Amino acid sequence: MMEHIRTPKVENVRLIDRTAPRKAMVGTLYLSATHTIFVENNPETRRETWVLHSMVASVERPPTTPSGSHLVVHTKNFQVVQLLIPQERDAMDVQASLARLSRPEKYSELYCLSINPNANKEEREESWSFLDLQADYRRMGVPNNLWVSTPANSEYRVCDTYPSELFVPKSATPPVIVGSSKFRSRGRLPVLTYFHQDTLAAICRCSQPLSGFSARSQEDEQMLEAIMKSNPGSDYIYVVDTRPKLNAMANRAAGKGYENEDHYANIKLQFIGIENIHVMRNSQQKISDVGELKTPSMGDFLWGLESSGWLKHIKAVLDAGVFIAKAVAEEGISVVVHCSDGWDRTAQACSVASVLLEPYYRTMKGLMLLIERDWVSFGHKFSHRYNHLEGDPKEVSPVIDQFLECVWQLSEQFPCAFEFNERFLVQLHRHVYSCQYGNFLGNSQKERRDMGLRERTHSLWPQLWKDRAQYANPLYRADHTQTQGILRPNTTPYCFKMWKGMYNRVEKSSPPRQTPTDLLTAVREETQQLEEELTNHQERIAVLTKADQTKGNAGQRKINKVCEEECRPGGLAPPTGDGPFTSPPQGYSPSQGGPPGSAMTLPLGPPKGPGPDSDDLSSACSDMESGVADLSSHSSSGGDDNKDPDEAVYCTA
Amino acid sequence: MEFSEHIKTANVEDVVLRRPFHPPMQGTLCVTGHHLLFSNRDGDSSRLVLLLLRNIDAIEKRPSVSSGTITLKCKDLCVLQLDIPGMEECLNIARSIEYLSSLDIVSDMYPFFYRPLKLSLQDQWGLSSPEQNYAQMEELQDRWRLSHVNKDYSVCPSYPPAVIVPHSIDDETLVKVAKFRQGGRFPVLCYYHRKNGMVIMRSSQPLTGANRKRCREDELLLQAVIDGSGLGYIIDTRSNQQAQQARMTGGGFESKSSYSCWKRLHRQLERGKVLQESLIKLVEACGDHSHSVDRWLSKLENSKWLSHVHTALATAGLLAECVERDGHSVLVHGSEGTDATLLVSSLAQLILDPNTRTLDGFLGLLEREWLLAGHPFQHRCAHSAYSHARLRLEAPVFVLLLDCVWQLARQFPLAMGFSEPLLLRLAREVYASDYGTFLCNSDQERCAAGVKERTHCLFQFLLKPSEREHYSNPLYEPTELAIWPSIQPQSLQLWRGLFLRWTQHAVHLEKAQEELRNLVIECRGAS
Repeated sequence: MMEHIRTPKVENVRLIDRTAPRKAMVGTLYLSATHTIFVENNPETRRETWVLHSMVASVERPPTTPSGSHLVVHTKNFQVVQLLIPQERDAMDVQASLARLSRPEKYSELYCLSINPNANKEEREESWSFLDLQADYRRMGVPNNLWVSTPANSEYRVCDTYPSELFVPKSATPPVIVGSSKFRSRGRLPVLTYFHQDTLAAICRCSQPLSGFSARSQEDEQMLEAIMKSNPGSDYIYVVDTRPKLNAMANRAAGKGYENEDHYANIKLQFIGIENIHVMRNSQQKISDVGELKTPSMGDFLWGLESSGWLKHIKAVLDAGVFIAKAVAEEGISVVVHCSDGWDRTAQACSVASVLLEPYYRTMKGLMLLIERDWVSFGHKFSHRYNHLEGDPKEVSPVIDQFLECVWQLSEQFPCAFEFNERFLVQLHRHVYSCQYGNFLGNSQKERRDMGLRERTHSLWPQLWKDRAQYANPLYRADHTQTQGILRPNTTPYCFKMWKGMYNRVEKSSPPRQTPTDLLTAVREETQQLEEELTNHQERIAVLTKADQTKGNAGQRKINKVCEEECRPGGLAPPTGDGPFTSPPQGYSPSQGGPPGSAMTLPLGPPKGPGPDSDDLSSACSDMESGVADLSSHSSSGGDDNKDPDEAVYCTA
Repeated sequence: MEFSEHIKTANVEDVVLRRPFHPPMQGTLCVTGHHLLFSNRDGDSSRLVLLLLRNIDAIEKRPSVSSGTITLKCKDLCVLQLDIPGMEECLNIARSIEYLSSLDIVSDMYPFFYRPLKLSLQDQWGLSSPEQNYAQMEELQDRWRLSHVNKDYSVCPSYPPAVIVPHSIDDETLVKVAKFRQGGRFPVLCYYHRKNGMVIMRSSQPLTGANRKRCREDELLLQAVIDGSGLGYIIDTRSNQQAQQARMTGGGFESKSSYSCWKRLHRQLERGKVLQESLIKLVEACGDHSHSVDRWLSKLENSKWLSHVHTALATAGLLAECVERDGHSVLVHGSEGTDATLLVSSLAQLILDPNTRTLDGFLGLLEREWLLAGHPFQHRCAHSAYSHARLRLEAPVFVLLLDCVWQLARQFPLAMGFSEPLLLRLAREVYASDYGTFLCNSDQERCAAGVKERTHCLFQFLLKPSEREHYSNPLYEPTELAIWPSIQPQSLQLWRGLFLRWTQHAVHLEKAQEELRNLVIECRGAS
């Protein structure tokens, strides 16, 4: 990649704070093979801002001004970095280099494939065994006497976008499997994705049937019949077509379409009306524009939110999940879900339903498994949808963004039901785009196997797991009523909000923010430490008491007191100091400047060079944004041990 | 007055009560002078539902041949339904409710009859007096004095008997200034900023009229306020155009030529009917569960409620900024100086002054800046969002204040000593209460009606040890610093706890709050 870097270093660059355009940091801009790095000149702070090339969505260069050329970098996770470069020539070079660096043409140019795979061989191999999909099926009770594993797709013979191991009804014979597959778009036949042990109802997924106006397939009809019979006691199944009915009908002209209720005995067809990837792409562009509005009026904002249509689409996805979850848990009826190809809307609907149905998927590991199953293994086209390589822009669409947002909307409605916090979802979203790990590369399991990703890259999951302390929701308790059983969300329109932590992050630096959950996490950690300390002391006392019975009691009292004193400044320190709290106000009157800090900068030492080794850059992460600056530094477990390299890029919290 | 004249049917059996979160309940309905009483005996356990008639904002009746249904829409936004056997009974009860829920003689109202065992009428009424407030602020006493010019309410009927004014301005001058200000509301001190000695003053508009009349005493008073510090700001809560128009009806503004050391800033805050209609539209939007996301967002925008929240916080931020950052004293007024003026001045104090962010301090602020400062509660809160009655003087200015405070507390969850339940409780009590605190329109009226002798004080009650914990913020960590709210529309939210109070949605959020409280207590207990 180095050959694309025309200018590796530009001096006297200004990093503009978009909330306060007159405030800027002066520093040096570096282009490395993987990152754009801005280092402030001020020797006291030397704040650094890192942007991973693969996160860059666009680089604009507004007309040159007397003070130099501006570069506005938009990232794929809706952050904006604005630079002022003195020489137009340098700005053009940087822009051209970034344009090329951010649009790799081959997989081998991607970050995760640019590192030596054998550097941490053992760790790499271990990282891929962190999640075990088959174990998750076993957790659901599959295989059993109703659902069995079929070897039909070994070596991806019947469907090259499916996983090699599939679960089908026990009564489905090989001819039925193959026949059904032939009657489905891209061979994506109906197979099991979730089994609900309480009711024995299942969620199956597939693509649209090649029914056209009159075609039918006996095997496919038998397949759906077999799915119904795999749910003893039920006499019909739902076929959920997640598309708007009009779209489904239009597909018939192309020889595709939906199931004819006259041909399939005992099915109930239900259309949900989730719009297609093109509508979603445009809608997300609009909502991210709304998030970037600088000083909108309340009317502008609400109007923008409405006209983006985004929340309407989120509601449609959630409604699909609710319908499926209700059918499975309350009616005990199995559901077959499809859209057109069965890899976008189907993945959304099935995974939302799983989150609603199964408390396990509301834990960190559970959500990882769910993504691994419904998205990764079932051939969601990550590389196409998230533009990993320079490709067809019409293939790009925020499909998994919407799933993650549904989970976020749910977590806002049920604050105690999820083991993870918003940060976890934001981080997942990031990595779908970042290509720092091999998990989301390619468009199917087969592609990933052919690329040998397990041999050449690391897996994201153990890394997230290692950092789980910062992704924990302190309100989550495994025995809470909200945690158990199925979630029954309210999908009345007023329950949906703009995801500020995703689409309005630019602004995060300006208001002093305090979050109760951050505080609580810190308090908890602190408490835990103190308890451990207390235990240690008590053990020591026990030893001492044995030695000297008379002095024991006095010792105990004294130590308790020490603990009290330690607890206050540590656990519940007020967010004072010269941190964000004193940030001057902004926006009340146009003449006023903004706050000194920026969400995207780190007050750190000189750069240690990019790449997975520059881990410690993440250490001061949470302070700039949360307003609980001194809390995170108190929790000792916020560790210096190996952190995610990408956090160095942005100090997202 | 005899309430019984208006109660034709006092008791009905076999009534079915439907209300949010509860299954329908069958029992006996009873109408008293101030309450609807619903009781049901189910085996050994008996349950009692008590509804203050004053809380009922609108009543809709659908009588049929042998029975009738009454829908009660309450001022706390709850909607209840009663199925009453017997058309006659149904109509009688509806009539009683209609009459008794809209009594307008103060001494007939329930606070004069409320006599709980735990409280005594001998208990202190109110939290503090102007004298005590003044005595506590020693720093300001060399430049500011406490004037009793209004001791018999003759100079300004809506002011308390004692107010703080510049030392150099004598009572005679004040009397003259009062004549030059609408309703006699001459400029008085409402906040002293310890860090730099700057102050916030409030008043009503000057009565300059079309002829640009001047008042030397008024100019003197304002000159005395900024004595030495050079420049002051006037935040006029009307647009420039509105202020100009006010001259036609005898009002006006401080012109540059007459008040050369004062710089005027106009920020238009809505009040009166516009605000009331905004609330009505918002509540209507929240009650309609059928529409699409687009329609909801468009209704939310159309109600303009969040825009009012936005403007109020932005103006308060501006005011606080003038005082803290620019180091200038500020005078706030609109026209009457009893609504938007109080809203802005009290929000600015919350931003600046940590003492107003404690539970006691906040209630003290409300007492000073709303009760004693003469916000006409009885007029403003006669009806809420459901009423079909013709609007007169209603306006949810106080609810808007509570919403803005909620936004502040949401952005600074650690900075406030009080909790969301306190704000919700106040939002309810201001419309219908067992306590006398929000009765009448001014201190003078309250004294005349004997409110302080014959009713109990809500604020005193909320501070009792039994209540205190519930209304305190478990996460509270005092900070001396100013809390600057973000006023980006993206940062402001619909107050779900209030406006969606009676939906399942609010219940989940409440549970989470409870969990949070328990966790903090648990954590603090453990360490």
